[in-house]
Amino acid sequence: MTDLDAITRDVPYREREASIDISAFESQEGQEELLTLNFGPHHPATHGVLRLLTVLEGEVIRDIKPIIGYVHTGIEKTCEDKAYWKVIPVVERMDYLAYYFNAMAYCSAVEQLIGLEVPKRAQYLRVIHLELNRIMSHLVWLGTSCLDLGAISMFWYCFRDRESVLDLFEMSSGQRMHPRYIQVGGVFEDIPVGWADRVRRFCEEMPTRVDQYAALLDKNEIVVQRLRDVAVVPESTLLKLGVTGPLLRASGNPWDLRKAQPYSSYEDFAFQIPVGTIGDNYDRFRVRMQEMKESVKIIAQALDGLPEGPYITDDRKYALPPRHELATSMEALIHHFKLVTEGFRVPPGEVYAPIESPRGELGCFVRSDGSAKPARVHMRDPSFVNLQAIKVMCTDTYIADFIATLAMLDPVLGGIDR
Amino acid sequence: MPDATGLELLANELRDAGDDAVLDTVFFRGQATLLVQPGAVPAVLAFLRGWGYNFLASLHGVDYFPEEPRLGVHYEMLDMRNVDRISVKTRVHTEAPEVPSVVADWPTANHQEREVYDMFGVVFEGHPDLRRILMPEDYEGHPQRRDFPMGGEPVLFTHNTRNGPGWWDQS
Repeated sequence: MTDLDAITRDVPYREREASIDISAFESQEGQEELLTLNFGPHHPATHGVLRLLTVLEGEVIRDIKPIIGYVHTGIEKTCEDKAYWKVIPVVERMDYLAYYFNAMAYCSAVEQLIGLEVPKRAQYLRVIHLELNRIMSHLVWLGTSCLDLGAISMFWYCFRDRESVLDLFEMSSGQRMHPRYIQVGGVFEDIPVGWADRVRRFCEEMPTRVDQYAALLDKNEIVVQRLRDVAVVPESTLLKLGVTGPLLRASGNPWDLRKAQPYSSYEDFAFQIPVGTIGDNYDRFRVRMQEMKESVKIIAQALDGLPEGPYITDDRKYALPPRHELATSMEALIHHFKLVTEGFRVPPGEVYAPIESPRGELGCFVRSDGSAKPARVHMRDPSFVNLQAIKVMCTDTYIADFIATLAMLDPVLGGIDR
Repeated sequence: MPDATGLELLANELRDAGDDAVLDTVFFRGQATLLVQPGAVPAVLAFLRGWGYNFLASLHGVDYFPEEPRLGVHYEMLDMRNVDRISVKTRVHTEAPEVPSVVADWPTANHQEREVYDMFGVVFEGHPDLRRILMPEDYEGHPQRRDFPMGGEPVLFTHNTRNGPGWWDQS
Protein backbone atom coordinates (compact mmCIF):
# COMPACT_ATOMS: atom_id res chain seq x y z
CA MET A 1 0.00 0.00 0.00
CA THR A 2 1.44 3.35 -0.97
CA ASP A 3 1.49 6.06 1.61
CA LEU A 4 -1.27 8.22 0.24
CA ASP A 5 -0.80 11.22 2.49
CA ALA A 6 2.91 11.31 1.94
CA ILE A 7 2.43 11.39 -1.79
CA THR A 8 0.12 14.32 -1.71
CA ARG A 9 1.47 16.37 1.17
CA ASP A 10 5.10 15.77 1.92
CA VAL A 11 6.83 15.19 -1.39
CA PRO A 12 7.02 18.25 -3.60
CA TYR A 13 5.63 17.73 -7.05
CA ARG A 14 8.96 18.24 -8.80
CA GLU A 15 10.68 15.58 -6.72
CA ARG A 16 8.10 13.02 -7.67
CA GLU A 17 9.29 13.17 -11.23
CA ALA A 18 12.93 13.54 -10.32
CA SER A 19 14.00 10.77 -12.64
CA ILE A 20 12.96 12.64 -15.76
CA ASP A 21 16.30 13.35 -17.29
CA ILE A 22 16.78 16.91 -18.43
CA SER A 23 20.55 16.78 -18.53
CA ALA A 24 20.46 16.82 -22.32
CA PHE A 25 18.80 20.16 -22.07
CA GLU A 26 22.00 22.09 -21.22
CA SER A 27 23.04 24.55 -23.89
CA GLN A 28 25.74 23.31 -26.21
CA GLU A 29 28.62 25.41 -27.49
CA GLY A 30 27.44 27.73 -30.24
CA GLN A 31 23.78 27.37 -29.35
CA GLU A 32 21.56 30.09 -28.11
CA GLU A 33 20.08 29.73 -24.68
CA LEU A 34 17.75 26.74 -24.50
CA LEU A 35 14.26 26.98 -23.14
CA THR A 36 12.47 23.98 -21.67
CA LEU A 37 8.79 24.20 -22.40
CA ASN A 38 6.25 21.87 -20.89
CA PHE A 39 3.43 21.00 -23.23
CA GLY A 40 0.35 19.29 -21.90
CA PRO A 41 -0.91 17.01 -20.44
CA HIS A 42 -4.03 19.16 -20.52
CA HIS A 43 -3.72 20.78 -23.88
CA PRO A 44 -6.44 20.57 -26.51
CA ALA A 45 -3.98 20.01 -29.34
CA THR A 46 -2.33 16.93 -27.89
CA HIS A 47 -5.39 14.81 -28.81
CA GLY A 48 -5.61 13.39 -25.32
CA VAL A 49 -3.67 13.52 -22.09
CA LEU A 50 -0.21 13.57 -23.62
CA ARG A 51 2.61 15.51 -22.02
CA LEU A 52 5.65 16.56 -23.98
CA LEU A 53 8.77 18.21 -22.62
CA THR A 54 10.21 20.26 -25.43
CA VAL A 55 13.55 21.99 -25.56
CA LEU A 56 13.56 25.09 -27.70
CA GLU A 57 16.36 27.10 -29.17
CA GLY A 58 14.52 30.20 -30.20
CA GLU A 59 11.64 28.85 -32.22
CA VAL A 60 13.29 25.57 -33.16
CA ILE A 61 12.68 22.32 -31.30
CA ARG A 62 15.95 20.66 -30.29
CA ASP A 63 14.65 17.83 -28.18
CA ILE A 64 11.31 16.39 -27.24
CA LYS A 65 10.37 13.84 -24.61
CA PRO A 66 6.93 12.28 -24.44
CA ILE A 67 5.66 11.57 -20.92
CA ILE A 68 2.69 9.23 -20.86
CA GLY A 69 0.62 7.21 -18.45
CA TYR A 70 -1.89 9.84 -17.38
CA VAL A 71 -4.85 7.75 -18.51
CA HIS A 72 -3.36 4.37 -17.69
CA THR A 73 -6.25 2.32 -16.36
CA GLY A 74 -4.72 -1.13 -16.20
CA ILE A 75 -6.93 -2.62 -18.89
CA GLU A 76 -4.51 -5.48 -19.50
CA LYS A 77 -4.61 -6.36 -15.81
CA THR A 78 -8.39 -6.13 -15.75
CA CYS A 79 -8.59 -8.60 -18.64
CA GLU A 80 -6.86 -11.25 -16.55
CA ASP A 81 -9.78 -11.23 -14.13
CA LYS A 82 -12.55 -11.66 -16.68
CA ALA A 83 -13.90 -14.61 -18.59
CA TYR A 84 -12.82 -14.63 -22.24
CA TRP A 85 -16.04 -13.23 -23.63
CA LYS A 86 -16.25 -10.53 -20.95
CA VAL A 87 -12.86 -9.19 -21.98
CA ILE A 88 -14.22 -7.89 -25.29
CA PRO A 89 -15.93 -4.74 -23.93
CA VAL A 90 -12.85 -4.03 -21.83
CA VAL A 91 -10.32 -4.14 -24.65
CA GLU A 92 -12.64 -2.09 -26.85
CA ARG A 93 -11.98 0.86 -24.59
CA MET A 94 -8.25 0.95 -25.27
CA ASP A 95 -8.04 2.78 -28.55
CA TYR A 96 -11.39 4.53 -28.29
CA LEU A 97 -11.50 5.52 -31.95
CA ALA A 98 -10.89 1.99 -33.20
CA TYR A 99 -13.09 -0.13 -30.99
CA TYR A 100 -14.00 -2.67 -33.65
CA PHE A 101 -10.31 -3.19 -34.28
CA ASN A 102 -9.50 -3.83 -30.64
CA ALA A 103 -12.28 -6.39 -30.42
CA MET A 104 -11.22 -7.93 -33.73
CA ALA A 105 -7.59 -8.32 -32.67
CA TYR A 106 -8.58 -9.89 -29.38
CA CYS A 107 -11.22 -12.20 -30.87
CA SER A 108 -8.95 -13.40 -33.64
CA ALA A 109 -6.27 -14.22 -31.07
CA VAL A 110 -8.76 -16.24 -29.03
CA GLU A 111 -10.14 -17.91 -32.15
CA GLN A 112 -6.63 -18.92 -33.15
CA LEU A 113 -6.03 -20.35 -29.68
CA ILE A 114 -9.21 -22.41 -29.91
CA GLY A 115 -8.81 -23.18 -33.59
CA LEU A 116 -12.31 -21.88 -34.23
CA GLU A 117 -13.62 -21.40 -37.75
CA VAL A 118 -15.48 -18.14 -38.36
CA PRO A 119 -18.35 -18.35 -40.86
CA LYS A 120 -17.87 -16.48 -44.11
CA ARG A 121 -20.82 -14.16 -43.50
CA ALA A 122 -19.42 -13.18 -40.12
CA GLN A 123 -16.06 -12.44 -41.72
CA TYR A 124 -17.71 -10.15 -44.27
CA LEU A 125 -19.79 -8.42 -41.61
CA ARG A 126 -16.62 -7.88 -39.61
CA VAL A 127 -14.87 -6.38 -42.62
CA ILE A 128 -17.78 -4.00 -43.26
CA HIS A 129 -17.75 -2.77 -39.69
CA LEU A 130 -13.98 -2.57 -39.49
CA GLU A 131 -13.81 -0.44 -42.61
CA LEU A 132 -16.66 1.79 -41.44
CA ASN A 133 -14.68 2.18 -38.23
CA ARG A 134 -11.55 3.05 -40.20
CA ILE A 135 -13.43 5.79 -42.04
CA MET A 136 -14.84 7.05 -38.75
CA SER A 137 -11.41 7.11 -37.13
CA HIS A 138 -9.86 8.92 -40.09
CA LEU A 139 -12.73 11.44 -40.04
CA VAL A 140 -12.00 12.29 -36.41
CA TRP A 141 -8.34 12.57 -37.31
CA LEU A 142 -9.11 14.86 -40.25
CA GLY A 143 -11.47 17.06 -38.28
CA THR A 144 -9.22 17.51 -35.28
CA SER A 145 -6.09 17.95 -37.40
CA CYS A 146 -7.74 20.70 -39.39
CA LEU A 147 -8.89 22.23 -36.14
CA ASP A 148 -5.25 22.30 -35.08
CA LEU A 149 -4.44 24.09 -38.32
CA GLY A 150 -7.17 26.62 -37.62
CA ALA A 151 -9.93 25.32 -39.90
CA ILE A 152 -13.02 25.01 -37.74
CA SER A 153 -15.51 24.23 -40.48
CA MET A 154 -13.65 21.02 -41.45
CA PHE A 155 -14.19 19.82 -37.91
CA TRP A 156 -17.94 20.22 -38.30
CA TYR A 157 -18.06 18.60 -41.72
CA CYS A 158 -16.06 15.60 -40.51
CA PHE A 159 -18.14 15.15 -37.40
CA ARG A 160 -21.29 15.34 -39.50
CA ASP A 161 -20.05 12.38 -41.55
CA ARG A 162 -18.80 10.59 -38.48
CA GLU A 163 -22.28 10.92 -37.11
CA SER A 164 -23.71 9.02 -40.07
CA VAL A 165 -21.21 6.20 -39.45
CA LEU A 166 -22.14 6.13 -35.77
CA ASP A 167 -25.81 5.95 -36.76
CA LEU A 168 -24.98 2.86 -38.81
CA PHE A 169 -23.20 1.34 -35.82
CA GLU A 170 -26.15 2.13 -33.63
CA MET A 171 -28.53 0.49 -36.06
CA SER A 172 -26.51 -2.71 -36.39
CA SER A 173 -25.44 -3.17 -32.79
CA GLY A 174 -27.42 -0.81 -30.59
CA GLN A 175 -24.40 1.23 -29.56
CA ARG A 176 -22.68 4.17 -31.14
CA MET A 177 -19.33 3.48 -29.51
CA HIS A 178 -17.85 0.36 -27.92
CA PRO A 179 -20.59 -1.82 -29.39
CA ARG A 180 -19.25 -5.26 -28.43
CA TYR A 181 -20.37 -6.37 -31.87
CA ILE A 182 -17.51 -8.70 -32.73
CA GLN A 183 -17.68 -11.92 -30.73
CA VAL A 184 -15.45 -14.93 -30.42
CA GLY A 185 -16.60 -17.03 -33.38
CA GLY A 186 -18.47 -14.38 -35.33
CA VAL A 187 -20.55 -11.31 -34.66
CA PHE A 188 -23.24 -10.52 -32.14
CA GLU A 189 -26.21 -10.31 -34.47
CA ASP A 190 -27.10 -10.33 -38.12
CA ILE A 191 -27.56 -6.93 -39.72
CA PRO A 192 -31.08 -5.50 -39.42
CA VAL A 193 -33.43 -5.01 -42.35
CA GLY A 194 -32.62 -1.85 -44.28
CA TRP A 195 -29.11 -1.54 -42.90
CA ALA A 196 -27.43 -2.65 -46.11
CA ASP A 197 -29.31 0.01 -48.07
CA ARG A 198 -28.23 2.70 -45.67
CA VAL A 199 -24.62 1.56 -45.89
CA ARG A 200 -24.89 1.61 -49.70
CA ARG A 201 -26.19 5.16 -49.53
CA PHE A 202 -23.28 6.06 -47.29
CA CYS A 203 -20.87 4.41 -49.73
CA GLU A 204 -22.25 6.54 -52.55
CA GLU A 205 -22.03 9.68 -50.51
CA MET A 206 -18.67 9.28 -48.83
CA PRO A 207 -16.32 9.43 -51.86
CA THR A 208 -18.01 12.69 -52.90
CA ARG A 209 -17.48 14.04 -49.43
CA VAL A 210 -13.82 13.04 -49.45
CA ASP A 211 -13.45 14.76 -52.81
CA GLN A 212 -15.06 17.87 -51.39
CA TYR A 213 -12.71 17.89 -48.43
CA ALA A 214 -9.78 17.28 -50.74
CA ALA A 215 -10.90 20.21 -52.88
CA LEU A 216 -11.03 22.36 -49.75
CA LEU A 217 -7.69 21.28 -48.36
CA ASP A 218 -5.37 19.83 -50.99
CA LYS A 219 -4.37 23.10 -52.57
CA ASN A 220 -5.25 25.28 -49.64
CA GLU A 221 -2.29 27.61 -49.20
CA ILE A 222 -2.30 27.34 -45.40
CA VAL A 223 -2.47 23.54 -45.43
CA VAL A 224 0.26 23.23 -48.03
CA GLN A 225 2.52 25.70 -46.25
CA ARG A 226 2.05 23.98 -42.93
CA LEU A 227 2.38 20.39 -44.15
CA ARG A 228 4.56 20.17 -47.23
CA ASP A 229 8.21 19.25 -46.60
CA VAL A 230 7.64 19.38 -42.86
CA ALA A 231 8.81 16.58 -40.57
CA VAL A 232 10.24 14.41 -43.32
CA VAL A 233 11.30 11.02 -41.95
CA PRO A 234 12.81 8.42 -44.27
CA GLU A 235 11.42 4.91 -44.45
CA SER A 236 14.51 3.30 -42.91
CA THR A 237 14.24 5.40 -39.74
CA LEU A 238 10.55 4.61 -39.41
CA LEU A 239 11.23 0.88 -39.74
CA LYS A 240 13.87 1.04 -37.02
CA LEU A 241 11.37 2.79 -34.77
CA GLY A 242 8.77 0.12 -35.47
CA VAL A 243 6.35 2.58 -37.04
CA THR A 244 3.53 1.05 -39.07
CA GLY A 245 0.30 2.17 -40.66
CA PRO A 246 -0.30 5.37 -42.62
CA LEU A 247 2.90 6.90 -41.24
CA LEU A 248 5.01 4.17 -42.80
CA ARG A 249 2.98 4.10 -46.00
CA ALA A 250 3.45 7.86 -46.37
CA SER A 251 7.18 7.23 -46.69
CA GLY A 252 6.61 4.90 -49.62
CA ASN A 253 6.52 1.48 -47.97
CA PRO A 254 3.26 -0.23 -49.00
CA TRP A 255 3.11 -2.41 -45.87
CA ASP A 256 -0.50 -3.14 -45.02
CA LEU A 257 -1.52 -6.31 -43.21
CA ARG A 258 -4.82 -6.39 -45.09
CA LYS A 259 -2.82 -7.12 -48.24
CA ALA A 260 0.30 -8.74 -46.81
CA GLN A 261 -1.27 -11.19 -44.38
CA PRO A 262 -4.97 -11.12 -45.24
CA TYR A 263 -7.27 -11.99 -42.37
CA SER A 264 -11.07 -12.15 -42.22
CA SER A 265 -11.43 -12.60 -46.02
CA TYR A 266 -9.64 -9.38 -46.99
CA GLU A 267 -8.16 -11.34 -49.89
CA ASP A 268 -11.62 -11.35 -51.51
CA PHE A 269 -11.68 -7.62 -52.08
CA ALA A 270 -9.99 -5.45 -54.68
CA PHE A 271 -8.51 -2.34 -53.15
CA GLN A 272 -5.32 -0.37 -53.33
CA ILE A 273 -2.78 0.71 -50.75
CA PRO A 274 -2.15 4.45 -50.99
CA VAL A 275 1.51 5.34 -50.48
CA GLY A 276 3.34 8.63 -50.22
CA THR A 277 6.64 9.63 -51.78
CA ILE A 278 8.92 11.47 -49.36
CA GLY A 279 7.20 10.94 -46.03
CA ASP A 280 6.39 14.50 -45.04
CA ASN A 281 3.25 15.66 -43.31
CA TYR A 282 1.49 16.29 -46.59
CA ASP A 283 2.03 12.65 -47.62
CA ARG A 284 0.61 11.50 -44.31
CA PHE A 285 -2.41 13.68 -44.87
CA ARG A 286 -2.96 12.48 -48.44
CA VAL A 287 -2.48 8.79 -47.57
CA ARG A 288 -5.24 8.90 -44.96
CA MET A 289 -7.57 10.84 -47.25
CA GLN A 290 -7.15 8.20 -49.95
CA GLU A 291 -7.52 5.37 -47.45
CA MET A 292 -11.04 6.53 -46.71
CA LYS A 293 -11.97 6.09 -50.36
CA GLU A 294 -10.36 2.66 -50.49
CA SER A 295 -12.30 1.64 -47.40
CA VAL A 296 -15.52 2.65 -49.13
CA LYS A 297 -14.59 0.36 -52.03
CA ILE A 298 -14.08 -2.55 -49.65
CA ILE A 299 -17.42 -1.94 -47.92
CA ALA A 300 -19.29 -1.83 -51.22
CA GLN A 301 -17.70 -5.08 -52.39
CA ALA A 302 -18.37 -6.80 -49.09
CA LEU A 303 -22.01 -5.76 -49.21
CA ASP A 304 -22.40 -6.98 -52.78
CA GLY A 305 -20.73 -10.28 -52.06
CA LEU A 306 -22.22 -10.79 -48.60
CA PRO A 307 -22.70 -14.57 -48.41
CA GLU A 308 -25.73 -16.18 -46.85
CA GLY A 309 -25.23 -18.35 -43.82
CA PRO A 310 -24.74 -18.11 -40.08
CA TYR A 311 -23.32 -14.92 -38.57
CA ILE A 312 -21.65 -16.76 -35.70
CA THR A 313 -20.11 -20.18 -35.35
CA ASP A 314 -22.54 -22.97 -34.52
CA ASP A 315 -20.08 -24.47 -32.04
CA ARG A 316 -22.23 -24.20 -28.93
CA LYS A 317 -19.21 -24.55 -26.68
CA TYR A 318 -18.19 -21.03 -27.65
CA ALA A 319 -21.25 -19.20 -28.99
CA LEU A 320 -24.57 -18.67 -27.24
CA PRO A 321 -27.44 -20.79 -28.59
CA PRO A 322 -30.28 -18.93 -30.31
CA ARG A 323 -32.90 -17.63 -27.92
CA HIS A 324 -35.76 -19.79 -29.26
CA GLU A 325 -33.86 -23.02 -28.57
CA LEU A 326 -33.73 -22.32 -24.86
CA ALA A 327 -37.44 -23.11 -24.47
CA THR A 328 -37.24 -26.47 -26.22
CA SER A 329 -33.75 -27.89 -25.87
CA MET A 330 -32.20 -28.93 -22.57
CA GLU A 331 -28.80 -29.04 -24.22
CA ALA A 332 -29.09 -25.45 -25.37
CA LEU A 333 -30.07 -24.43 -21.86
CA ILE A 334 -27.00 -26.15 -20.42
CA HIS A 335 -24.72 -24.51 -22.97
CA HIS A 336 -26.29 -21.15 -22.29
CA PHE A 337 -25.88 -21.57 -18.54
CA LYS A 338 -22.26 -22.68 -18.84
CA LEU A 339 -21.32 -19.87 -21.19
CA VAL A 340 -22.98 -17.16 -19.12
CA THR A 341 -21.69 -18.33 -15.76
CA GLU A 342 -18.21 -19.75 -16.23
CA GLY A 343 -17.59 -18.83 -19.84
CA PHE A 344 -15.70 -21.16 -22.14
CA ARG A 345 -12.32 -22.71 -21.55
CA VAL A 346 -9.51 -22.21 -24.01
CA PRO A 347 -6.73 -24.74 -24.60
CA PRO A 348 -3.38 -23.61 -23.18
CA GLY A 349 -1.08 -21.78 -25.51
CA GLU A 350 0.16 -18.42 -26.67
CA VAL A 351 -0.88 -16.53 -29.77
CA TYR A 352 0.05 -13.17 -31.25
CA ALA A 353 -2.61 -11.97 -33.71
CA PRO A 354 -1.86 -8.78 -35.65
CA ILE A 355 -4.38 -6.79 -37.68
CA GLU A 356 -4.21 -3.47 -39.50
CA SER A 357 -5.82 -0.77 -37.40
CA PRO A 358 -6.27 2.83 -38.64
CA ARG A 359 -2.96 3.64 -36.99
CA GLY A 360 -0.87 0.59 -37.86
CA GLU A 361 -0.24 -2.91 -36.66
CA LEU A 362 -2.54 -3.69 -33.77
CA GLY A 363 -1.32 -6.97 -32.35
CA CYS A 364 -3.06 -8.85 -29.59
CA PHE A 365 -1.10 -11.36 -27.57
CA VAL A 366 -3.18 -13.79 -25.54
CA ARG A 367 -1.79 -16.46 -23.28
CA SER A 368 -4.16 -19.13 -22.08
CA ASP A 369 -3.46 -21.45 -19.17
CA GLY A 370 -6.43 -23.68 -19.91
CA SER A 371 -8.88 -21.91 -17.61
CA ALA A 372 -11.85 -19.72 -18.49
CA LYS A 373 -9.88 -16.50 -18.00
CA PRO A 374 -6.94 -15.36 -20.09
CA ALA A 375 -3.61 -15.53 -18.25
CA ARG A 376 -2.28 -12.55 -20.15
CA VAL A 377 -3.68 -10.13 -22.69
CA HIS A 378 -1.32 -7.66 -24.28
CA MET A 379 -2.15 -5.16 -26.96
CA ARG A 380 0.65 -3.96 -29.16
CA ASP A 381 -0.99 -0.64 -29.76
CA PRO A 382 0.27 1.21 -32.83
CA SER A 383 -0.09 4.62 -31.16
CA PHE A 384 2.20 3.55 -28.33
CA VAL A 385 4.95 2.44 -30.69
CA ASN A 386 4.45 5.24 -33.23
CA LEU A 387 4.74 7.89 -30.53
CA GLN A 388 8.45 7.15 -30.32
CA ALA A 389 8.79 8.70 -33.76
CA ILE A 390 7.71 12.12 -32.44
CA LYS A 391 11.30 12.96 -31.54
CA VAL A 392 12.72 12.31 -35.00
CA MET A 393 9.74 13.96 -36.61
CA CYS A 394 9.93 17.17 -34.60
CA THR A 395 13.62 17.72 -33.93
CA ASP A 396 14.91 20.78 -35.75
CA THR A 397 11.48 21.89 -36.92
CA TYR A 398 9.67 25.01 -35.84
CA ILE A 399 7.47 24.90 -32.79
CA ALA A 400 4.67 26.27 -34.97
CA ASP A 401 4.79 23.11 -37.11
CA PHE A 402 4.88 20.86 -34.10
CA ILE A 403 1.12 20.83 -33.52
CA ALA A 404 0.51 19.94 -37.16
CA THR A 405 3.11 17.17 -36.96
CA LEU A 406 1.53 15.76 -33.83
CA ALA A 407 -1.84 15.82 -35.55
CA MET A 408 -0.41 13.92 -38.53
CA LEU A 409 1.08 11.35 -36.16
CA ASP A 410 -2.50 10.71 -35.00
CA PRO A 411 -1.90 9.37 -31.51
CA VAL A 412 -4.84 8.10 -29.47
CA LEU A 413 -3.96 8.29 -25.81
CA GLY A 414 -6.45 5.67 -24.75
CA GLY A 415 -4.45 3.23 -26.84
CA ILE A 416 -1.07 4.51 -25.68
CA ASP A 417 -1.78 4.31 -21.97
CA ARG A 418 -4.27 1.43 -21.93
CA MET B 1 5.36 -18.15 -40.73
CA PRO B 2 8.18 -20.59 -41.15
CA ASP B 3 6.57 -24.03 -41.02
CA ALA B 4 7.61 -26.59 -38.41
CA THR B 5 10.50 -27.80 -40.57
CA GLY B 6 11.67 -24.29 -41.33
CA LEU B 7 11.68 -23.52 -37.64
CA GLU B 8 13.85 -26.57 -36.90
CA LEU B 9 16.25 -25.55 -39.67
CA LEU B 10 16.52 -22.09 -38.15
CA ALA B 11 17.10 -23.54 -34.70
CA ASN B 12 19.75 -25.88 -36.04
CA GLU B 13 21.53 -23.00 -37.76
CA LEU B 14 21.54 -21.20 -34.42
CA ARG B 15 22.83 -24.28 -32.61
CA ASP B 16 25.57 -24.73 -35.19
CA ALA B 17 26.62 -21.14 -34.61
CA GLY B 18 28.07 -22.22 -31.30
CA ASP B 19 26.67 -21.27 -27.91
CA ASP B 20 23.60 -22.98 -26.49
CA ALA B 21 21.29 -20.10 -27.18
CA VAL B 22 18.25 -22.11 -28.23
CA LEU B 23 16.52 -23.97 -25.41
CA ASP B 24 13.50 -25.19 -27.29
CA THR B 25 11.30 -24.68 -30.30
CA VAL B 26 7.52 -24.51 -30.24
CA PHE B 27 5.20 -24.67 -33.19
CA PHE B 28 1.66 -23.87 -32.10
CA ARG B 29 -1.34 -22.86 -34.24
CA GLY B 30 0.90 -22.03 -37.16
CA GLN B 31 3.14 -19.74 -35.12
CA ALA B 32 6.82 -20.51 -34.78
CA THR B 33 8.61 -19.76 -31.53
CA LEU B 34 12.23 -19.97 -30.47
CA LEU B 35 12.84 -20.25 -26.72
CA VAL B 36 16.27 -18.82 -26.01
CA GLN B 37 18.61 -18.03 -23.12
CA PRO B 38 18.08 -14.49 -21.79
CA GLY B 39 21.71 -13.58 -22.36
CA ALA B 40 21.56 -14.65 -25.99
CA VAL B 41 18.62 -12.46 -27.01
CA PRO B 42 20.60 -9.71 -28.82
CA ALA B 43 22.65 -12.33 -30.69
CA VAL B 44 19.57 -14.31 -31.70
CA LEU B 45 17.75 -11.19 -32.91
CA ALA B 46 20.84 -10.16 -34.88
CA PHE B 47 20.96 -13.65 -36.40
CA LEU B 48 17.29 -13.44 -37.34
CA ARG B 49 17.91 -10.05 -38.91
CA GLY B 50 20.36 -11.79 -41.18
CA TRP B 51 17.58 -14.17 -42.18
CA GLY B 52 15.37 -11.25 -43.15
CA TYR B 53 13.45 -10.69 -39.93
CA ASN B 54 14.43 -7.05 -39.78
CA PHE B 55 11.37 -5.57 -38.07
CA LEU B 56 10.69 -5.91 -34.36
CA ALA B 57 6.91 -5.81 -34.39
CA SER B 58 6.29 -6.13 -30.68
CA LEU B 59 8.05 -6.68 -27.39
CA HIS B 60 5.99 -7.64 -24.37
CA GLY B 61 6.22 -9.33 -21.02
CA VAL B 62 4.39 -12.27 -19.52
CA ASP B 63 4.21 -13.63 -16.01
CA TYR B 64 4.13 -17.45 -16.00
CA PHE B 65 3.28 -17.67 -12.29
CA PRO B 66 3.40 -20.25 -10.72
CA GLU B 67 5.80 -21.81 -13.25
CA GLU B 68 9.50 -21.10 -12.97
CA PRO B 69 11.30 -19.17 -14.36
CA ARG B 70 8.38 -16.83 -13.90
CA LEU B 71 8.91 -13.81 -16.08
CA GLY B 72 8.91 -14.01 -19.86
CA VAL B 73 9.89 -11.46 -22.46
CA HIS B 74 8.62 -11.99 -25.99
CA TYR B 75 9.96 -10.52 -29.20
CA GLU B 76 7.71 -10.71 -32.26
CA MET B 77 9.91 -10.57 -35.33
CA LEU B 78 8.59 -9.76 -38.78
CA ASP B 79 10.07 -10.25 -42.23
CA MET B 80 8.26 -7.75 -44.44
CA ARG B 81 9.78 -9.01 -47.68
CA ASN B 82 8.74 -12.64 -47.32
CA VAL B 83 5.78 -11.81 -45.05
CA ASP B 84 6.93 -14.10 -42.32
CA ARG B 85 6.79 -13.93 -38.54
CA ILE B 86 8.65 -15.65 -35.77
CA SER B 87 8.52 -15.18 -32.00
CA VAL B 88 11.57 -15.21 -29.77
CA LYS B 89 10.82 -15.88 -26.14
CA THR B 90 13.00 -15.86 -23.08
CA ARG B 91 12.36 -16.57 -19.41
CA VAL B 92 14.01 -15.15 -16.29
CA HIS B 93 13.60 -15.69 -12.55
CA THR B 94 12.11 -12.95 -10.38
CA GLU B 95 15.22 -12.97 -8.19
CA ALA B 96 17.49 -11.96 -11.05
CA PRO B 97 15.19 -10.57 -13.72
CA GLU B 98 17.88 -9.39 -16.07
CA VAL B 99 17.68 -9.41 -19.85
CA PRO B 100 20.11 -7.55 -22.12
CA SER B 101 18.49 -4.55 -23.74
CA VAL B 102 18.09 -4.53 -27.51
CA VAL B 103 17.45 -0.79 -27.83
CA ALA B 104 20.81 -0.16 -29.47
CA ASP B 105 19.93 -2.37 -32.44
CA TRP B 106 16.15 -1.97 -32.35
CA PRO B 107 15.21 1.57 -31.26
CA THR B 108 11.54 0.60 -31.26
CA ALA B 109 12.21 -1.48 -28.14
CA ASN B 110 12.81 1.65 -26.06
CA HIS B 111 9.30 2.36 -24.83
CA GLN B 112 8.29 -1.28 -24.91
CA GLU B 113 11.16 -2.38 -22.68
CA ARG B 114 10.26 0.42 -20.32
CA GLU B 115 6.71 -0.89 -20.23
CA VAL B 116 7.88 -4.43 -19.46
CA TYR B 117 10.13 -3.05 -16.73
CA ASP B 118 7.26 -1.02 -15.33
CA MET B 119 4.72 -3.81 -15.38
CA PHE B 120 6.88 -6.87 -14.59
CA GLY B 121 10.09 -5.56 -13.12
CA VAL B 122 12.33 -7.09 -15.77
CA VAL B 123 15.57 -5.12 -15.79
CA PHE B 124 16.94 -4.50 -19.26
CA GLU B 125 20.69 -4.12 -18.95
CA GLY B 126 22.06 -1.39 -21.14
CA HIS B 127 18.75 0.40 -21.65
CA PRO B 128 19.52 4.12 -22.01
CA ASP B 129 16.61 5.38 -19.93
CA LEU B 130 15.06 2.56 -17.93
CA ARG B 131 12.32 3.98 -15.72
CA ARG B 132 8.60 3.61 -15.30
CA ILE B 133 6.53 4.67 -18.26
CA LEU B 134 2.84 4.13 -17.47
CA MET B 135 2.72 3.98 -13.67
CA PRO B 136 3.64 6.95 -11.45
CA GLU B 137 7.31 7.29 -10.65
CA ASP B 138 6.92 6.54 -6.96
CA TYR B 139 4.75 3.49 -7.47
CA GLU B 140 5.76 0.39 -5.57
CA GLY B 141 5.57 -3.01 -7.17
CA HIS B 142 5.00 -4.24 -10.68
CA PRO B 143 1.26 -4.43 -11.28
CA GLN B 144 1.11 -6.91 -14.14
CA ARG B 145 2.69 -9.68 -12.09
CA ARG B 146 0.18 -12.36 -11.35
CA ASP B 147 0.66 -12.16 -7.58
CA PHE B 148 0.00 -8.41 -7.55
CA PRO B 149 -3.52 -8.01 -6.12
CA MET B 150 -6.37 -6.55 -8.13
CA GLY B 151 -8.16 -3.60 -6.55
CA GLY B 152 -7.69 -2.67 -2.92
CA GLU B 153 -6.15 0.60 -3.85
CA PRO B 154 -8.33 3.70 -4.08
CA VAL B 155 -7.96 5.98 -7.05
CA LEU B 156 -6.30 9.09 -5.74
CA PHE B 157 -8.07 12.40 -6.26
CA THR B 158 -7.65 15.63 -4.34
CA HIS B 159 -10.95 15.14 -2.55
CA ASN B 160 -10.35 11.61 -1.28
CA THR B 161 -6.74 11.50 -0.17
CA ARG B 162 -7.99 10.62 3.30
CA ASN B 163 -10.45 7.96 2.19
CA GLY B 164 -7.84 5.30 1.54
CA PRO B 165 -8.09 2.24 3.79
CA GLY B 166 -6.08 2.79 6.94
CA TRP B 167 -4.94 6.29 6.10
CA TRP B 168 -4.90 7.18 9.82
CA ASP B 169 -2.24 4.54 10.51
CA GLN B 170 0.12 5.98 8.00
CA SER B 171 1.13 8.94 10.19
